[in-house]
Parts: sequence; structure tokens; C-alpha cells
Amino acid sequence: MEKIGVFICTSCDIGKRLDIAELENAARDQGAVAVYNKEFLCSKEGKAFIEEKIKENGFDAVSICACSPRVNYDVFDFGNVAVERVNLREGIVWSRFLLGEGGEILEDTTDYIEGIPFKNELMALAKDYVKMGIAKLQVYKLPEPFKPEEEISKTILVIGGGVAGLTAALEAANTGYDVVLVEKEKELGGFVAKMKAHCEVKHPFKNIVPPIVNELISQVESNEKIRVYKKATVTNISGMPGLFKVKINVDGKEEEVKIGAIVLAAGFKPYDASKLDSLGYGNIKNVVTNVQFEEMAKEGKFVRPSDGAPIKSVLFILCAGQRDENHLLYCSGYCCLASLKQAKYIREADPDAKAFIIYDHMRTMGIYENFYKTLQDDPGVFLTKGKVVEVSEGEDGEVKVIVEETLLGEKLEINVDLVVLAIGMVPVTAEGPVLNLEYRQGPGLPTDELELFYGYADSNYICFPYETRRTSIYAAGAIHQPMTIAQAIEDARGAALKAIQSLVAIEEGHAVHPRTWDFAYPEIDLKMCTQCKRCTEECPFGALNEDEKGNPLPNITRCRRCGTCFGACPQRIINFKDYSIEMVGNMIRATEMPEQGYGLYRLMAFICENDAFPALDMAAFQKKSIPVTFRIIPVRCLGAVNVSFVKDAMSKGYDGILLLGCKYGENYQCHFIKGSELANTRMENVAETLQQLALEPERVTLHTVAIDEIEEAVKKMNEFNEEIKGFEENPFKGW
Amino acid sequence: MKKPILVVGGGISGITAAVEAAEAGAEVILIEKEPSLGGRVAQLRYYFPKLCPPNCGLEINYRRIKTNPRIEVYTMAEITEISGEKGNYKVKAVIKPRYVNDNCTACGDCEKVCEGERVSEFDFGLRKTKAIYLPHPMAFPMKYVLDKSALAPGDLERIMSACKYNAIDPDMKEETLEFEVGTIIWATGWKPYDATKLDNLGYGKYANVITNMQMERLASPWGPTGGKILRPSDQSFPKKVAFVQCAGSRDENHLPYCSYICCLASLKQSLYLAEQDPEAEALIFYIDIRTPGRYEKFLRRAQNEARITFIKGKVAKIEEDPETKDLIVTAEDILSGKKIHEKVNLVVLALGMQPSIAGINIKGLEVDENGFVISENGIIACGCAKMPLDVMTSNETATGAALKAIQTILRG
Repeated sequence: MEKIGVFICTSCDIGKRLDIAELENAARDQGAVAVYNKEFLCSKEGKAFIEEKIKENGFDAVSICACSPRVNYDVFDFGNVAVERVNLREGIVWSRFLLGEGGEILEDTTDYIEGIPFKNELMALAKDYVKMGIAKLQVYKLPEPFKPEEEISKTILVIGGGVAGLTAALEAANTGYDVVLVEKEKELGGFVAKMKAHCEVKHPFKNIVPPIVNELISQVESNEKIRVYKKATVTNISGMPGLFKVKINVDGKEEEVKIGAIVLAAGFKPYDASKLDSLGYGNIKNVVTNVQFEEMAKEGKFVRPSDGAPIKSVLFILCAGQRDENHLLYCSGYCCLASLKQAKYIREADPDAKAFIIYDHMRTMGIYENFYKTLQDDPGVFLTKGKVVEVSEGEDGEVKVIVEETLLGEKLEINVDLVVLAIGMVPVTAEGPVLNLEYRQGPGLPTDELELFYGYADSNYICFPYETRRTSIYAAGAIHQPMTIAQAIEDARGAALKAIQSLVAIEEGHAVHPRTWDFAYPEIDLKMCTQCKRCTEECPFGALNEDEKGNPLPNITRCRRCGTCFGACPQRIINFKDYSIEMVGNMIRATEMPEQGYGLYRLMAFICENDAFPALDMAAFQKKSIPVTFRIIPVRCLGAVNVSFVKDAMSKGYDGILLLGCKYGENYQCHFIKGSELANTRMENVAETLQQLALEPERVTLHTVAIDEIEEAVKKMNEFNEEIKGFEENPFKGW
Repeated sequence: MKKPILVVGGGISGITAAVEAAEAGAEVILIEKEPSLGGRVAQLRYYFPKLCPPNCGLEINYRRIKTNPRIEVYTMAEITEISGEKGNYKVKAVIKPRYVNDNCTACGDCEKVCEGERVSEFDFGLRKTKAIYLPHPMAFPMKYVLDKSALAPGDLERIMSACKYNAIDPDMKEETLEFEVGTIIWATGWKPYDATKLDNLGYGKYANVITNMQMERLASPWGPTGGKILRPSDQSFPKKVAFVQCAGSRDENHLPYCSYICCLASLKQSLYLAEQDPEAEALIFYIDIRTPGRYEKFLRRAQNEARITFIKGKVAKIEEDPETKDLIVTAEDILSGKKIHEKVNLVVLALGMQPSIAGINIKGLEVDENGFVISENGIIACGCAKMPLDVMTSNETATGAALKAIQTILRG
């Protein structure tokens, strides 16, 4: 930006603790066209004043030196004029204090070290902040929306024609979108279509109803906006959101369709019951799975498989292979309810028949307790907690089941005509890539992510259940999480919304969650590329493909703007219009570094703007003290910290560099999956470089904090400050 | 121009519905009755199973609101009347006076001079705030609120002169706004069941019987004890804690349904205890441990990392040792058939969830016998206003509700 205006607010203790005239001079030194100070800048008058000055001077950028960008976001918005918020209030006057021995706040005029009053350091910090704001704007370019040359497709591909897929297809079509539905079987409907009945999916949640999919199938098949491919599979997906090319194999013939976004609703497979021989499956004819029993019920054939004799008693073994370290570690979520339903079948078919249900924990979640109660009230249904220890052939074709640890306190022997094993679900993503993406990082969803969720295409974000690492591809139904039919219907609507929403974002030319508002995107200067492939390997979202030489091929609509590629690039050739190597370098260079021997250290902190930065903001509201030594540069993610930032800061003379980011590991809190973890790895390499320069590796340190760890964040900054004091000054000062 | 979508309730479901709809192109009006968005989840220390702070996701969502010109937010607002029909609703909302205007910079000078105090509902009565207060450290909007009824003599003059920005407006009046909207997403969420109705459990009678939501506040680093779990009677750490599951839930006399989250919440809170003292014991009295789906992993984690004893059986009564203020929990251990008496330092009631609007009649809104919203044709319910749910599933229903709402306004 060329014409930068600087506005310094004097309210909220800024004018009280800082020398405004000095700040104005610093701003001019850094190249501001004009500098103003005003009380209560966020007031209507303040805003009008800024607007007037913008008009008068034709500023293309303004630096608002006032409060944190997290507040008054709506006030300091001036259309096409670039705005930088210099955080004097939370960042300095509310958080930098000289503390006495009892922790009391001392006057700023008190000496910090002998001969240097604290005020000097406070002003040095404030001037650095004002200059950094301008330095940033000097390099800043207004982002332009990404507009692909090719026309974007707004067709939604739904993979899977079960209850979730049918719902997603219909809901998307009813919102005005064209849909391509791909089902691998010759008929639509999935598992639900094979059912006799299921628990109702609406109030009062007490009854069983015929499969809801029958209606869905006819609606889908008669909907003009939905093209259905049966006996079809997706064999290849290339391109990027809005511009996917999808190859579909339909009964042996291949077709290609253009697709905008994808709902993955390919469902589950029942767990392989042959592994459950300990429960008699495979050895005893009258032991069947709940899937087989459902078929029997649908046909109305309640007879024993062994001899065709009518079934007078059925025992249901719940958690057959589930919550079991030899089989499935998770609960499948639906089977308690399904077994209760199946007990109802047999009771309705024959009022004299008995049903036994052996469970560990009866999990009829939430409102489905209503359904459970209808069975509890039935005297022909025996429900008990218990552990099945033996299933064997009994007399006269019966199956003998021994149950221990029951509510009746003793070992029970129950002889029944049929044993039904309530087997669990295995998502199809646990067994294969399904999507067949032509992505450099592989054909399926990232396996490290799938492993976190037993193969489910789930999200690690409780707040954002549709988050995936493959942009514009959203999972729904039993491939997403273990779930009931009612939940699958809701889930499919949500996934359809996300698919539609991603198309809106592509059309508008910005990113999708979590940086929805972001119009800038990574631009790669390939001339300098060394084909090191770090960017293509590390991108958490698989946005970059590679050409045969190993050059990165960006797919902007896959990109989430986390800046991991930017952080990874040793050649520093990946940049955003509003976030670049040059920008951060310019900010670091704009700060003043005292000469060698000054006696006070200067530290640089790169702080994740998602969690650590708000935590520090709140620390400021509570007037907690952060060392005045720290210059803080907020970054979009620690993954977007390029090693060059560290080099620039070290060569400028900073004595230590702290990175504060989100927690990583199995329960990662990084909003971009891998950012803080990758940053940590990179900093390990930096530590080695420091050692080669005979500098202490601890000078560059990464810590993680959660957003609520206000005290912890402050403590870590103070501890780092103390640690650095134990080292000599950075020898590169003044070079 | 398409009519906007009204989202009633600014908790996690309402926020999700609002941002998801707005990011898909709709105009959205979001109404919240409290002075800050965030709802129940803002009161939680951590979510299960990740043990991550809810404010992390709220912060991202607030940013999505801040940067989206299609969302308009009203706090301290409640719906009083709905008329019209699908595609064409007229809604009246009352905006309660905040007595603090938009000039507020949240500098906190008013709070410093204010002497009057009020009981913090946000902390379920576990502490007091000043009469003028910030709802919590991450309040959105970040503006103070004045509770005029709690002012001490002379407070008003003091706070008004302390405020340099002319932000205190004691004459602010209740306002009634009217909106014309295409459709309504109902996301008013839940409230904890009234624990005093469970007379055998001693809540309100014994100092050291608390609710699970109070436990969240005690464990919160921003809570009344700075995150140290201390029992109310003597501010000591409870070494042995009884969790009473299904306190009000799955009970014909109270809430007939299962409240979905309470088993997981007690497991999570057992981990809070273990974090503060690995020797701390948790006794969980349960009917069934309900950790569906992959939450099973969380059950295993809690079993590994916390000292939990599970007792299958409903708590019959709770008595207090008047000397120590410890509690004696009587229950039948169903598996052994024996009656047991356990002395503990603290009892946590895993209270059931009740729809926030239970007992309130809102014209135009169809509810079931428990107060859950059932009308799908017109007003679209999501989250715990619809049925008891966890956060993840609530957000799935909220995202789905956003789509249903968009379909309505497209047609309307």
C-alpha cells in the first residue's frame, strides 16, 4: 500500500501510559503519510474522523493503533481501504507492567534496571508496534477473489444410496442443486430398505414403522434434478472443488461427470460374524446375526434355520464383537435399539414367544428411552445385564446360553430356539479409499485421521462435525459416525448444506471454514522451486498436486489458507497477498534493536491468532503482566511460521523467539490439523542450526496453550523471559 | 430480496445454525436472551471426549459472525410473539435494557468503583459479580451489563463518573422489535433440571451436594475457584466424590427420557478430579453407562486415568454428617444385591437436561409433553431444544436445520 494513514487512540489508558507524540514521530519515520491522535477512536465521532481523513488524503491503508482486532471489528471497517489494527491497548498498556516484589504494579517511571526507567522500554515496545503496523501495510496487497477460468460446476455428487445418501440427494435437489447419486447395488435404499421396520424417527419415538427409505427412493427417482446411477462406483475423482472430474463406472461402462462438491454417504458393512465363533456363529445353525434376523423378519419366516421349527424364544446377545479389544473397540450406537426392535418383532409375531436380551449397558440414547420403555413394559421380554460366557448346542435343536454377572446375581442357563448376535458396523472407509481421489496425498481420506476414528470419516472437531481434510467432501450417515437412522437423516441434511455452502464460497472466491472470509490464497513462484516437495507433502488438506518433475500444482479451491505450505517452503516462494515472507521480514526489520551491551533483552513471539492470541487478550483484560521484552506478531497458524521469520529475528538481534500455538497430538486443537505439530518439527531443525552457530537451542522455543489457559500462556512467556536472561546477548545484534 | 432466517437461541446450536446458513448465502437474525452468546457450552470447562475448551470453537464462530455481513445479532432479546406461517412470519422480540450502550470499550473502570454485587447465574450461584459486570472473559459482544437491582447506594453516580465514554445509560428502556422473516430456527437449548425437586438427594439442603454444571464452573480456570475443585462447605479438595447418574433422568416422576450427556460428563469430571489429585476417588452410581459410538474410547480413558468405581444402582438417599459435612450415600448395588453406604466428601448430581422453554407456552410453537419442540413444518428445531443431544450431534442437527431454513426462504 502506498498512502498509509495512522490513527492513534488515546483512550483506555493508552494516552495515560504512552507518549503519543513519540509514537507519532515513530510512525512518520516508518513512512506514514499522515498521523493523527484522537480520544475514543471507536466512537461515532472517531470513526467519522477517520473516514473524513481517508477521503481528504486518499489513504489506501490505515493503521488503527488502538485496541485488539478482536474488538470493534465492525467499527474499523472502511471498505476497500486496508486496515491494520495495532494492538496498543491489550497488547501493551493493559498487559505490560513493572511488578514489585509483592506482585504490585509499580509506576512506569521506576527504573527497570539501573538507569533505565520502565517507561523507556514500554515506549520502545509501543514504537515498535506502531512501526510494525506500517511495515506490514507497506508490503500488504489487497486480496482478490480466486476465480477459476473454467466454469464451475454446482452439481453435487452423493456417493451411496442408503438413507443418508437419499436424504442428502433430495435435500440438495430441493435447494435447487443438481445431484448425481451413485449407488453400488442394483437398487437404492441400502440397509434400511432391507429392514422389516425401524424405530420411528420422530415424536413420540415409541413405535416401529415401515422403512422410511421406500418413500425417499420414489422421491429421488422421480426428481428431475437427481441423476441416479445404480450398480455404479466412483473410480476416479480429479480436479478440485467446483471443478471435480468424476469417473463413474456404471455396470462396466465408464462415464465422466463434472462435479462441484461431494457428500460421502457410502455407509457401512456389518462386522464379519465369522470371527465370532466363540459365540457359536458358524458352528451352531440357530445362531444368526441381527442382519440375518432382520431378513427373516422381513420375510415373516420366524423358523429355526436348523429344522424349520417355529421360533418360540430368541436370545439377543448385545455387543457381539463390539467394545471388545479382539474385535471392534467402539460401540456401534444402533444395536441396542435394533435388538429391542427385533424383540418386538418376535413378540408381535407370536404373543407366546419370549425374547431375552442380554446387554452390558443398554444404550437407548436420549429420547429413544421412550422406545426402550415400551419393551420394559412387556412381560414377554426379559432384559438383563450380563456376560455371555458360553453358547452351545442344547437339546432338541435349542441353543444353550450361559450368562454370568446378571442382575439376578447368579449364573443363568437359558435355552432358546434362536440366538441373535447384535453385530456392529464397520464404515466402508475402514476398508478402502472409496473416493479414489487423484490427489498427491492418496486416494482416500488421510489414513492418520481415519485411524483416530476407527476408520470412520469423522471430524476431530466437536464444534465442527463436518470438518474434513478434503475440502468440499463431507461425510454423512454411518460412514461418518456410528449412528441411528434418525441421526443419519439429520446428518445428511447437514452434509448437504456444507456441500452447498462450499459451492457458495467458491463462487464468491473465498475460503471455506475456518477462514471463510479469506480471499487471499497462496501464490507460488515456481522459477525458484527446488522440487523439495515439502509443501505437497505437508499440506493438511492435500491441496497441492505435483507434476512429474516434482513441482507443486496448486488447487486453490481445495486450499484452506492455513499457510502450512508457506511455512514449509525453504525457498520462500509461496506467498499470500496479505501474508508474506517479505511482510513479516519487513515488520521485524522495522523494530529498533538496542546496541550490544544495552543490558536488556528483546524477544520475539509468533502467536497463533486462533487460540493463544485470544488467551493473551483475556490476560490483558485481567491486567496480567507479560514481559515488556516481547514483540508479538500474530500468525494465522504456527504452521504458517516460516523458518525465515526465525532467521530474520535472530539476525536482527532478538535474543529469543517464542512460538505459542495450539495443542497437538491425538486430541489436537490446531484448527488446521497439523500446524503446531509441523511447526514443532521445524523448530527442532532450527535448534540444530542454532547449535551450529554456537547459540543455545532453547533460544527458539515452542509451547502450546489452549484458549482458556490464560495464566498458563502468561506463565510460559514469563518463564521464557527468565530463561533467556540466563544466556548472553544475541551476538548478531547490531550487524 | 429473500426474507431473512430468524435463529432463536445463541448457544452452540443457534450459533452454528446462524453461521452455517449465512455462509451458505442467507440473511440471518440471531437472537439470544442472555447478554452474551455462547449458551451452556460457554459454562463448560471442557468438552468430552477431547478435553478441549468450548471457547476455542466459540472464538472461531464469533469470528465467523464478525466477518459475515449477513448475520445480525441481538442479545438480551426474547421472542414474545410469532404470527404468520412458513415463508412469512412476523415475530416480536423484546430487547431488555442493558443499561450500557455501544460506547462501552470494556475498559473495566466502572466495575472497579462499583460496590453493589449480584449472584452470578453464569456460575450457578457459586460467586458474585459486581452490579455492573462482563458476562464472562470471552463474552460476545464484549460489553458490560448493568443489573440495576444490585446497585449499592451511590453506585450509579460512581460508575457513571468512572466511565469516560458515556456508556452507562440508566434510562435505557425495554424495546420491542418486529421482524419479518421467512423461517425460524428454534435453538433455545436446555437448562439443568431443578435439583431441589429430587428431595432424597439433599440438594439445597447440604452444602456439599452440587450439580454437574456447578462442577464445571469449579473446574473452570475462569470460575469462582480459579479452576481448583473445592467443596462449598470448607473450600477443601474433595478426595472422594460420588456422582449420582440419572439425577432426574430416566425417571417417570421427573424426566422420563435419558439426557444423553450425563454419563460422559461424569466421566469427564472424574478426569478433572484425577488431574488435580491422582489419588482422588470417584464413585459413579449408574443404571447404564451410556458412551455411544466412539465415546467408548473416552470411557476407557477415564477408567485408565481416573480412580473410578462404578456401582450399578440408583441412589436411594443422601445424608449429611453434620460434623464434617461429608455425605453418606445409600444405594443398592444391583450386581451384588447388597445395600451400600458410602461416605464421600462431595456429591455431584448428574442432572438431566430439560428444554429451556419447558413450562413456557409460546404461541405458534408445538412442543411435546416434556417441552421439546416437535413442529417441523414451519419452525425448525435443532439441538437440545429438539431432543437431548451432545454437542457434536447438536451441531449436525443445527447444520441440517440451516438447510431446511434455506429451502423455505428460497420457496417463500
